[in-house]
Order: sequence, then structure tokens, then C-alpha cells
Amino acid sequence: MATEAANGATRRDFLYIATGAVGAVAVASAVWPLIDQMNPDAATLALASMEFDLAPVETGQEITVKWRGLPVFIRNRTQAEIDLAKSVPMSDLKDPETDADRTKEGHENWLIVLAACTHLGCIPESNAGDYGVVTSNGQEGGWFCPCHGSQYDTAARIRKGPAPKNLVLPPYDFLNDTRVKIG
Amino acid sequence: MAHSTERYEPKNPALKWFNDRLPLISYGKEHFVDFPTPKNLNYFWTFGMILAMCLGIQIVTGIILAMHYTPNVDLAFNSVEHIRRDVNFGRIIQGTHAVGASMFFFAVYVHIFRGLFYGSYKAPREVLWMLGVIIFILMIATAFMGYVLPWGQMSFWGATVITNIFSAIPIVGTPILEWLRGGFAVDNATLNRFFSLHYLLPFVIAAVVILHIWALHIPGNGNPTGVEVKDGRDTVPFTPYATIKDLVGAVVFLIPFAWFVFFAPEIFNHSDNYIMANNLVTPAHIVPEWYLLPFYTMLRAIDFNVLFIDSKLAGVIVMGGSLLVLFFLPWLDTSKVRSGSFRPMFKIFYWVFVVNFIVLMYLGAQDPSVVVYNYLAKVATAYYFLYFLVILPIVSRIETPKPLPASISEAVLAKAH
Repeated sequence: MATEAANGATRRDFLYIATGAVGAVAVASAVWPLIDQMNPDAATLALASMEFDLAPVETGQEITVKWRGLPVFIRNRTQAEIDLAKSVPMSDLKDPETDADRTKEGHENWLIVLAACTHLGCIPESNAGDYGVVTSNGQEGGWFCPCHGSQYDTAARIRKGPAPKNLVLPPYDFLNDTRVKIG
Repeated sequence: MAHSTERYEPKNPALKWFNDRLPLISYGKEHFVDFPTPKNLNYFWTFGMILAMCLGIQIVTGIILAMHYTPNVDLAFNSVEHIRRDVNFGRIIQGTHAVGASMFFFAVYVHIFRGLFYGSYKAPREVLWMLGVIIFILMIATAFMGYVLPWGQMSFWGATVITNIFSAIPIVGTPILEWLRGGFAVDNATLNRFFSLHYLLPFVIAAVVILHIWALHIPGNGNPTGVEVKDGRDTVPFTPYATIKDLVGAVVFLIPFAWFVFFAPEIFNHSDNYIMANNLVTPAHIVPEWYLLPFYTMLRAIDFNVLFIDSKLAGVIVMGGSLLVLFFLPWLDTSKVRSGSFRPMFKIFYWVFVVNFIVLMYLGAQDPSVVVYNYLAKVATAYYFLYFLVILPIVSRIETPKPLPASISEAVLAKAH
């Protein structure tokens, strides 16, 4: 045939492959919405950024807020907690980060972390574990995860147990001294 | 399997007309009545039929429960209580479904360990075995999603911990996690999709069960001697011999099943699951259902980094590997002798494996921060893998098996009186 190429491939072969390729693209495009519908929807994403007023949180107090459906610890640390976190040598840490890496400059009393153990996502207990500040009124700072025994220090860094990482810092910014925007 | 019976034709003209166009009646007679079955099958072989019955019970009770259940985070917990308190016979139907899951897994473990002992995975039944492993994995997924539906504390935190496993995958872990959950945390979207998939998967299981039986009917049943069927003297027709024996097994199986449903429907349940899901409070101990404990132990046993792999990912790889290794079993055990009865060395390691599996199950419910449990979990996890990857390949090479009977009928006659 006049359309036959030198290598023996025919015009018909080309049409079969081209049709199949276009068909595969069409199927893939049709399948994508069926897969993507499982991703977080618009209503969930609308919660991605939230503002909180920190004025009522006293020194040494901790609140739990919900951001994107996840609990977040916001802790107003005492000077003793900050000093203890700063005194830890990097060589003692499984996931080395300085206290300054964990806070915002000028707001280093505020520790804001996701309240999910980095092992398998349980919520750690506050003011517990071996890495807090012991005072006459009980322990201040430090976290202990009841599920598998991971322990975090006063900068929420992993110190002991199966968790691989420090408690995760959400993206946040201080709008002024008492107002924070998470997300 | 060669057998002499000619293809059955119904005598009734109407049935014959139908059968000529769609030979359902011929196939039914061939596969469920005349099918030649080894005459020496013991009661462990009744668990195939028992499992089919379990799947049927779960599907029937499940469809009924779906008529009364509401998959919404605000209503799910109360709708399950509504089923248990208000719906006519709801207490029994919900109890049967919940207890049924445990009984289903008990039966599947007997069935799997039967296969492991009698070498049911060996040629020419490799595909039959692998289809069985697929069914087991589908069962685990279905049971896990079903456990989330009552939306108690264990449901919620179980879902959180298990979906979190995917976050261990490098780079794509978090996008996959959010895709699975439909949000940044386990929430309404997660509950809804789990309900949808929990309804779907049993029918997928049923389809794979049909393939499993198809693959069984190509070589025919194995048997306790592991010697293949040689002629008609080795077999009896499936009906009535095997069907009635299966029925006896099923009735015996249903006695403890009924006892649990009527007298102890909560015995397998966790009291924390009667507290409605709360995403701000984690229960002190998150424990999966008993049938998943061995795999949970292996997940937790890896609490140390392996080279460049962090402990969390390594645990996930080990847990996944504990199931995937089953697919390779037919090629790891190279012994020509099928049945463990004729393998003196294999037998010892096999029973250690059984005990080891029970130890893994026990450890899954214990506090892993206790040093002894933590150490034992590592040893037991190591034996689980050594059995498949090292012990079986070596034992099949160095072992001298006992002499095999010449045929099934000879073995049966030798035993008789």
C-alpha cells in the first residue's frame, strides 16, 4: 500500500495506537474527579486559617483550641520552662531544634504546637512526663503521651519513647501581642 | 481432576430447555453434588463452608443494620444505641454482627493454620492460596472500617492511629493521609466513606471467594495425607458426604457463636467504645480488636530506626510485610511433601509458630512501655519472619520426611479398626 512505512507499520497501526492513547487520556481525566472528591472539601479547607485572642491566657496556663479539626496546644510558658528548654544541649535531642526554632522572636513565652503525638496521633497529657519544671505546686510544662509512652520537654521536643519528631508547629503569626493567626 | 461422571442433563423438558441455554443446573450438579472429595478429610476441612456461612451472616445482618444506622458524626453513636434498644430484635441482630466479626476471624485463623500445617499452599494450589491471602487482607480492611462506624472513643482513635500509619510514607504520606480522611483529622467525611466502603467490601470478598472456590475446583481438595487423589476409590461425592459433615461442623461452630450473642455480646468489646467519640481526649490505651492484635504488636515492636528508615516507617513496613510474606510462601517452602504429619522437623517449628502467633496476640493488648513486653514483642516478631524467610527454606532442604502412604484409600484402610 502507498501508506505503508518502511518499517512495516501501517497507517492503520498508527490509528489504533493514537486512538488507544487518546482513549487512555480520556479515561484518566474521567477518573480524576472520582479520586479527587475524596480530598478535603471546600468547607474543610475554609477552616484553614483561624484567629485566636490570647489575652485571657495567664503565664503558666495552657489552652487547647481546634484548628482544621485538630486540637492545638497554646501555652503561655513560665520563665522557668523557657530557661529549662534553653539549657538542653542539642546532643540530648532526637530531633534537634533550639528553643528559638520552636517559638517566634519576641513572643518566646508562647509555645503553639499541634496536640498530636508524632508517633500515631494520640493527644499527649500536659504537665506530665520527666521533662517539665518541678515546682512546689506540681509540675509545669512537659508532655506525656498515654498511648505508647512518648515524652516531650518544655519546648515540646521529643525526649523519650517511640515518637520520631518534636510536636509539630502549625504555621502561625502574631498579629499583635495578644492576637495570633494560625494557618 | 479426572472423574468419570458424564455431564448431567436434567430430565424435565422445561429445565432441559433452560439448561441447554445456560447450564447452571449441570454446573451445580458437577460442582456441588458430584464433585469428588477425598474420603479422609477431617473436621478442619469444614471451616471453608463455615467461613462462607460467616460471610453470609455478616452480609445479611449488615444490610439490616444499614437500614437503621446513620453515618453522621452527631448521630452515629446514638443510632447504634437506638438499634440496640428500640429496633425490634435489634439487640440480637447488632450482637450477631459484632460477635460475627470475631467468629469470622476465629474461623479464618483456623482455616489459615490448617493450610499452613497441611501445605495447602503448595503446587498446584498457589493461586488458590494467594486468593485466600487477598480475602484475609480484605477482611481486615472491612473489619477495621466496620469498627469505626459506632463512633465511640475506640472507633475514633483506632481510625486516627491506623490512618496515621499512611503518614509514615515519605513525601506523599501526608497528602495520602488527608485524601483518605477527607480532611486534616478523622471527621464526618471519614465516617461517611468508611460506611460506604464497609458496605461495598463484603461483596468484593464474595467475588474473590467465588474465584477461591473456582481455583479449588481445578485441582480439587487437598487432604490430611497430602497425597493427591489417584482414582475413584480415594473419593466420595461432595453431596451428601462433605455437605453433611460441613453441616455438623457449622452446628458445632454456631453453639459458642449463639452463646456469645445471647449471653456475652460485649465480651469482645472495649468499654471505652461506649463513650462517644471525642477528638480532644485520647483513651489511656488504644487497643484494636483481638483478631488484629498480632499485627498491631509487630507495628509497635519496631521502636528503633533501621539504617536511614525511621522507626515509624519501619514498623509500618514490618506490619505490611507480615501479610505480604504469605504471598511468597508457596516458593519459600520447597519440600515435596505437603502434609506436616510426615515432616518431623517442620512440625516442631510449625507449633512454635502457632504459639508465637498467640504470644503476638497477647502482647498487642499489653502496655509496650513495660520492658519485658517490649523485648518479647521484638523476639516474637523476629520469629514470625524467620519462620517464613529462613526456617522453612532450610528445613525443606535438610529434613528427611516419613514415608508417605501409596494412596488416600490405603491410608484410610491402614487406620480402620
